[in-house]
Amino acid sequence: MIAFVVRRLFQAVIVMFVISLLSFSIQDNLGDPLRELVGQSVSEEERQALRDELGLNDPFLTQYLRFVGNALEGDLGTSYFFKEPALDVILNKLPATLELVFGATLIIILLSVPLGVYSAINPRSWFSKTVMGMSIVGISIPVFLTAIMAIYLFSVELNWLPSYGRGETVPVFGSWETGFLTKDGLLHLLLPCASLASIMLPLFIRLIRSEMMEVLESEYVKYAWAKGLSPLRIWFLHALKNTMLPVITVGGVQIGTMVAYTILTETVFQWPGMGFLFLEAVNRVDTPLIVAYLIVVGAIFVITNTLVDLIYGLVNPTVKLAGKKS
Amino acid sequence: MALLEVENLEVTFGLRQGAVKALRDVSFTVERGERVGIVGESGAGKSVAAFSILNLISRPGYISGGQIRFEGQDLSKLSSDAMREIRGNRIAMIFQDPMMTLNPVLTLGQQMVECLKAHRKISTQEARLIAVEKLRQVHIPSPEKRIDQYPHELSGGMRQRVIIAIALLLDPVLIIADEPTTALDVTIQAEIMELLLELCESNNVGLVLITHDLGVVSQVTQKAIVMYAGRVIEQGPTKEIINDAQHPYTQGLINALPQQTLPGQRLNQIPGSMPSLQNIPAGCAFNPRCEFVMDVCKQTLPGFTRSGGCQVACHMVREMKEKAAQEAS
Repeated sequence: MIAFVVRRLFQAVIVMFVISLLSFSIQDNLGDPLRELVGQSVSEEERQALRDELGLNDPFLTQYLRFVGNALEGDLGTSYFFKEPALDVILNKLPATLELVFGATLIIILLSVPLGVYSAINPRSWFSKTVMGMSIVGISIPVFLTAIMAIYLFSVELNWLPSYGRGETVPVFGSWETGFLTKDGLLHLLLPCASLASIMLPLFIRLIRSEMMEVLESEYVKYAWAKGLSPLRIWFLHALKNTMLPVITVGGVQIGTMVAYTILTETVFQWPGMGFLFLEAVNRVDTPLIVAYLIVVGAIFVITNTLVDLIYGLVNPTVKLAGKKS
Repeated sequence: MALLEVENLEVTFGLRQGAVKALRDVSFTVERGERVGIVGESGAGKSVAAFSILNLISRPGYISGGQIRFEGQDLSKLSSDAMREIRGNRIAMIFQDPMMTLNPVLTLGQQMVECLKAHRKISTQEARLIAVEKLRQVHIPSPEKRIDQYPHELSGGMRQRVIIAIALLLDPVLIIADEPTTALDVTIQAEIMELLLELCESNNVGLVLITHDLGVVSQVTQKAIVMYAGRVIEQGPTKEIINDAQHPYTQGLINALPQQTLPGQRLNQIPGSMPSLQNIPAGCAFNPRCEFVMDVCKQTLPGFTRSGGCQVACHMVREMKEKAAQEAS
């Protein structure tokens, strides 16, 4: 277990290094940060002086090494627009995004497991066929369209749910403000989470269904029937536990991808999270903020994948986390 | 009253190309403590017959006719709950491939305890004690430790022992074993078969053994049933069938055993292969491969003729019997 975590940490360092190199190297291609920073009226000499001061005229390698050196001390640069450490700006917005992803994940788990299992057990029922049909529709519609349609239907026409913002939030610890504890906050979460979930939910329903159908045909499930066990135990213990093995692996990657999808969802719902911030940063050519965002998202990817591997090891006894390399 | 009576059993598979009858008119009985072998080539319907006893044929197959009576109860009339009470409890099954039969993500203990708890009001602690005891009976070393292991930590032979232990957990009166040694190493096969035989004898458990190994049938069973293309073609005491087979097909099977040939000689074989169930020839299904084929074989289905302790479905045997009877009278 400890050996596994150490090995994983080592891999994470390499991954983070590659991410930092990639994200840092694109910053020169985003446009001139000076134009956004100082406006039109500043003379060329002053611009050059400012460039020198910011180190923008140094060779790429010098800039990068300086960046890595600072990054190792927790400093990912200072946002041009906010005039604050970029990491702090991002981390301030992190709770909003994480809550959005968490809510969407919750919706996906709560819906995909029962729907996938049901449609695997009764593949011919009209309900399963409807679910399968809907899932094709769900996969095909891009998330921003789903979001706009949801706003039109539930906010504009029916007037049931708020269309933008996080609503009322309460602080839990430190700077973490949560919308999960107030009624208003929950109402505001509903549409964005549902829209974000809409892109992954069909995928998981179909994945669980097809895996489960395969498992139901397996010898050990037939054997479980021959032992006279109850159907519920066979479906939800014998079959589901085996079904979830590949689903967990895919799920880990997809949660990371969902963080990336929040850019679209947050923009449509004016959600004050990292994704919305990132898009603004791109418009303002706020390169330190862009680089910091990419690194934070990369870190989230690495953390979720490590957690997923740990969970997978707990569920699948044939994987030994502490064991020698196989 | 026999323990298990199968009467005119018919199983149909509703395929897209139309309904296919996998079993027709299959009848046999198993007495308490009796060991019965079902023999035949792959696709003859042996496994279907075995699974239909527990009503476990997977879709699109279903029992379309006949009766299965177990301890006097008609199994087809039972509710699914009542059927579940019989599965694993009164009739246990042993599957073919021990590598695939045990659930890979559950410990042996979990898979044994759940079986006991499904049929008896019993605490997990008590169930574990019974499970350890049964593992010891099948000669698993240090069962207290093994019980918390997962299937992948055991070898194939060990796993089949565990499956035999699970079969014995609730002291069933009948065990259905579907080719229990086919997937095992030859050296292990004999060990497992011996263990199964010994446990059935000492606990007076009936056994339906499905196999294509005539050697095993002759060693283990008292009665043999030979199947061909979904029908029973010969059945009777194992000794009579092995020593004096009447049906040309059974004779062919026995002649095909390597022991029947001298070293260096070509092995005997039955020419051709079994017809697919979709186009079974008219008359006797074996007629295209039979060396004694007569005109009547191609037209009418042979009924059963009594020959010694056996019943044989063959026109030639019937004619020979009739001739012998005429000469005698």
